[in-house]
Amino acid sequence: MSAAFVKRIEVKELRLAYDSSEVIHGITFDVYRNEILAVIGPAQSGKSSMLRCLNRTIDFTASARWSGTVRVDGEDVRRTRDVFALRRKIGMVAPLPVGLPLTIYENVAFAPRCSGLTARADLDAIVERCLRQAALWPEVKDRLTSLGTALSGGQQQRLTIARALSHQPEILCLDEFSIAIDPVTTMRIEDVLKELRREMTIVLVTNLTQQARRLSDRTMFLLDGELVELDRTEVIFSDAARSQRTRDYVSGVFG
Amino acid sequence: MALAPAPATGRFARTPHVARKERAESLAQAVFAAMSAAMVLPLLLIVGYLVWRAWPALGLEFILDVPRRGMTDGGIWPAFVGTLYLVGLSLVVSTPIAVMAAVYLNEYARDNWFNRVVNLAVINLAGVPSIVHALFGLGAFVYAARFGYSILSAALTLAIMTLPVIIASTREALASVPMAFREACWNVGATRWQTIRAVVLPNSISGILTGVILQVSRAAGETAPIMFTGAVFFKAVERGNLFPYGLSDQCMALSMHLYTLATQVPNVKESLPYATAVVLLGSVLLVNASAIALRVFLRGRKRW
Repeated sequence: MSAAFVKRIEVKELRLAYDSSEVIHGITFDVYRNEILAVIGPAQSGKSSMLRCLNRTIDFTASARWSGTVRVDGEDVRRTRDVFALRRKIGMVAPLPVGLPLTIYENVAFAPRCSGLTARADLDAIVERCLRQAALWPEVKDRLTSLGTALSGGQQQRLTIARALSHQPEILCLDEFSIAIDPVTTMRIEDVLKELRREMTIVLVTNLTQQARRLSDRTMFLLDGELVELDRTEVIFSDAARSQRTRDYVSGVFG
Repeated sequence: MALAPAPATGRFARTPHVARKERAESLAQAVFAAMSAAMVLPLLLIVGYLVWRAWPALGLEFILDVPRRGMTDGGIWPAFVGTLYLVGLSLVVSTPIAVMAAVYLNEYARDNWFNRVVNLAVINLAGVPSIVHALFGLGAFVYAARFGYSILSAALTLAIMTLPVIIASTREALASVPMAFREACWNVGATRWQTIRAVVLPNSISGILTGVILQVSRAAGETAPIMFTGAVFFKAVERGNLFPYGLSDQCMALSMHLYTLATQVPNVKESLPYATAVVLLGSVLLVNASAIALRVFLRGRKRW
């Protein structure tokens, strides 16, 4: 490992249970600076739940209990003094596009406003930068005051990405972002991600194995809450993959 | 049936089973429709009968005038204003408390013993008969808090009575805001309060207001709670005086006045109790209609 491989996220022995049913059975992995880590696996593998532990939005689920350690930039997320700063450091994009019932402008300006930014010029700059980064600016620049919820599904998903970028995260987590949008929009967002990887670390949860193959540096295969294999993407998608289950999953035998 | 029966051939033949099913279907629909129509009948009869009997007395003059000749003639101004006072004051007290409690219960509360107790209390409070609220008001506000037999005591009693219902309707309105909106806000580092202020409240306000306004009619119609705590048979008030009462005064109220005219005063002009009932019913219907109008207006501005 060279000096370029700086650990941004360290997960050790993460176990998570809702009520009494355990959904993640002790997984350990790291995410390095400026890489795209793809997380693949069928539904109910614990992928989304794992993401919610990273920024501790799992706290909002009363029945969730978890153990193990999650460190972001070396800081234990459960000991952090400012959980809101942690959440701002991690941009989250949900599977279904959620335009907040606010204007397009306010959708993106919401997070900066929440952290106390009020100067109109600053907000304008952030809104334009994020919408440009999310490849949505040309389509909405003339109607920033119309409702975010009135946009089409693909546009709303890019709006969601713009909102996730608005608090200047250093890590971007996308949870099956392409589940509700068409292939063309998906490709546009993938191009956006290729741009973004220069400045941030990306965790890409996806059930499209080919998307993982196209975009990621390393791929992690989760199955029923267990980490089956984590390796460089070209290894996972080749016969060199160590586990038979991995080879079967990526070649479409199951899942 | 509007559709012609399919030709009785092949797999789409009309079997006896299908015919039976269709008869049962149309019978069921007819019965349910008849029951719905039957709902309208009592309302029309009640309103029609009341208006017919009240007709000789009805008019703006009836509302603006004070009772005359030992309450056997004249109008209902003191009772009308008294009801406005009681209902207005009780909702001013109960609405903020109820809405804030509902926000806590729906947005903050975790499932622990304390919140289960609060929930249970809210549900049970809603089931307490109004006469019990009346006795509670008498003990708590009139005697213990030394507010005396007054508008304040009566309004507070009504407030306690409306609290649980407003809490329930507000919680329902809050719960109708999709969870995904909250999660989207939390994901960008918003606190619960920032989320509530920016997204949850603006999108549930129509439901909250509707719930509050519907309690106007309930508070206006109750007699028992105010009878024990601050409403009187008669109080001399100037004709058309908008502010005849102070907080520590006793007052007249429409529901109480109706009871008085109907049962306690001999030789009342026949149309007076009916006219009082029409004014009470009319005000309630007016308020309910405005609640519906407000809901339609706010729903038109709904953002998803």
